[in-house]
Amino acid sequence: MRDTILFKYVLSLGDDALISAQRLAQWAYKAPFLEEDIALSNISLDLFGRANFLLEYAAELKGENTTADDLAFKRDERKFTNLLMCEHPNGNFADTIVCRFFLDAYDKLFFYTLSKSRDKQLASIAAKAIKETTYHYRHSSNWVIRLGDGTEGSHRKVQEAINNLWTFTGEFFKMTQTDIVMMKKKVGVDRKALKIEWDKTINDVCKEATLRIPENSFMTTGGREGIHTEHLGHLLSDMQYLQRAYPDATW
Amino acid sequence: MEDRKERAFQDKIDAELKIEPKDWMPEKYRRHLIRQISQHAHSEIIGMQPEGNWITRAPSLRAKMVLIAKVQDEAGHGLYLYSATETLGITRNELITQLQTGKAKYSNIFNYPTLTWADVGAIGWLVDGAAIVNQQSLRRTSYGPYSRAMIRICKEESFHHRQGYEIMSKMALGTTEQQEMAQDALDRWWWPSLMMFGPHDSDSAHTSNAMQWKIKRETNDDLRQVFVDRAVKQAELIGLTIPDSELKWNPKNKNYDFGKIDWNEFWEVVNGNGFCNKERINNHVKAHEEGKWVRDAAIAYTEKNKNGARA
Amino acid sequence: MRNDNLPVWEVFVQPKTGAHFQHCGSVHATDKEMALQNARELYTRRQEGSCIWVVKAEDIVSSNPNDSESFFDPADDKVYRYPTFFKVSKKVKGL
Repeated sequence: MRDTILFKYVLSLGDDALISAQRLAQWAYKAPFLEEDIALSNISLDLFGRANFLLEYAAELKGENTTADDLAFKRDERKFTNLLMCEHPNGNFADTIVCRFFLDAYDKLFFYTLSKSRDKQLASIAAKAIKETTYHYRHSSNWVIRLGDGTEGSHRKVQEAINNLWTFTGEFFKMTQTDIVMMKKKVGVDRKALKIEWDKTINDVCKEATLRIPENSFMTTGGREGIHTEHLGHLLSDMQYLQRAYPDATW
Repeated sequence: MEDRKERAFQDKIDAELKIEPKDWMPEKYRRHLIRQISQHAHSEIIGMQPEGNWITRAPSLRAKMVLIAKVQDEAGHGLYLYSATETLGITRNELITQLQTGKAKYSNIFNYPTLTWADVGAIGWLVDGAAIVNQQSLRRTSYGPYSRAMIRICKEESFHHRQGYEIMSKMALGTTEQQEMAQDALDRWWWPSLMMFGPHDSDSAHTSNAMQWKIKRETNDDLRQVFVDRAVKQAELIGLTIPDSELKWNPKNKNYDFGKIDWNEFWEVVNGNGFCNKERINNHVKAHEEGKWVRDAAIAYTEKNKNGARA
Repeated sequence: MRNDNLPVWEVFVQPKTGAHFQHCGSVHATDKEMALQNARELYTRRQEGSCIWVVKAEDIVSSNPNDSESFFDPADDKVYRYPTFFKVSKKVKGL
């Protein structure tokens, strides 16, 4: 393998996109109305596209004829290094929207910085991601405001979602060994440095949506080390079923 | 007065002019259109389910993206058609209620289950293949908004058909297990696909008016024949066998003769006895009810913020 | 039960910069931003546009086909509005 650290780094970004996309794809034909069904599918498609680019790059770094599909469909839970937020079950529409809102706000900042990476390939994937993420953020933040400032019931649901998901946001800004090496090489992003801006964005939107940010500051982390919630295993067994059941087949 | 209007209306249709929403039209024409276009729309929407059933299990990143885009297109096509139906003075909510209460029908084919990945291929190849034959003909339908929706849909739909055939080809030329899945899918989807064109014209309650008003442009049997002739050759190319022992080239008519369709099965499924009738509607009702608080919230937000930037 | 029929918005897409906007259908949405986003998802999935207009369907004013004689026929004798009405010698250029 050419570069283990870079491989791990690219793979983790690919996993974020892949697992998020797979979650959103589960909304197909179940959204609150038809237009929104199409919107969620579009976001899912953007994320699968991004996952595909990143995993292809990771596969190339790994060598040994590895393909993006091998990485997506033939690894176990412990080998996946996505952020925990990405694997969180869809729940109700408010849960999904808040999950996306936190991630979209983070992605916007993350990919902006990554687009200046010394690694040309990452920089170009990031440049494409910025455009998509800008739109995704517009979609999710608008919904947070509508639901927060909508009915009593919607306000309660979106507030509950924020309270429940808040604990997974700390991980966005926690630098791993891989992050530190990549940052020093000017390939990766200083995620810790994104927090101030991210907090400000979240605060502004929540204020407009009449929502409160939880005071509880305990943060659950582990995704980047392959420690996951139990939900990931089920997501993978569903996603990987055909490739695992018929390892000799091409599709 | 009515008579004169009706004659002028028919003259316009005979001259191949389109009828537009604000034009005078006979009440029966309007009702026929609402029934037909909404049934078409509901078919697109319910049709998302059997394929959506495989989105999370699609076996490669490429297959996954293609399938999501396809199911998404179906939502889009449903929307174009609801949008066309709404020009006839009925709301989408009324249409959805008709679907959920069984007053409106959708294509019978979607009451069959998708059991293997090859079924996703069979739907694209056969079900979309059959739909395209019908839709291409409907581009020339007499009602403007319906015709325009069909033109748009046909443009977008062509990739669906290919996507299905690609899946079938890969499997038909793949491992033994894949080949079995492919043939099995063809065996199960072939006859229901032929039924999609509807009963023989002699038995169809709606054909005559629809032809006179040029809502329908070709008969069920003619369209069915076009489909069979195309599909037979496509099946041969990838080494699959069409499950019809009476299928035979007819040199005189220059088309394929085929066996008798089991219309008992058709009517059983239409009347609710298919594998998935209840489930399809229940899923639709569930999503609609679970979405109600979201729609209510969006309406409430707009009412509260009427003077704001977003409202 | 509360009526949750979302308002209908008509959608106009400009296929490319400089072109006329074309009507292409409608979407349901509760507010302007949602209407724009829904129109984008529905009518420009294949890069069909460079700009979108949305307008509430109830705000569109349409002429009535029954009035079309009085509305449009009076224009049928205004031949002088067309360049071919004017006889100009072939020798004249740039006109």
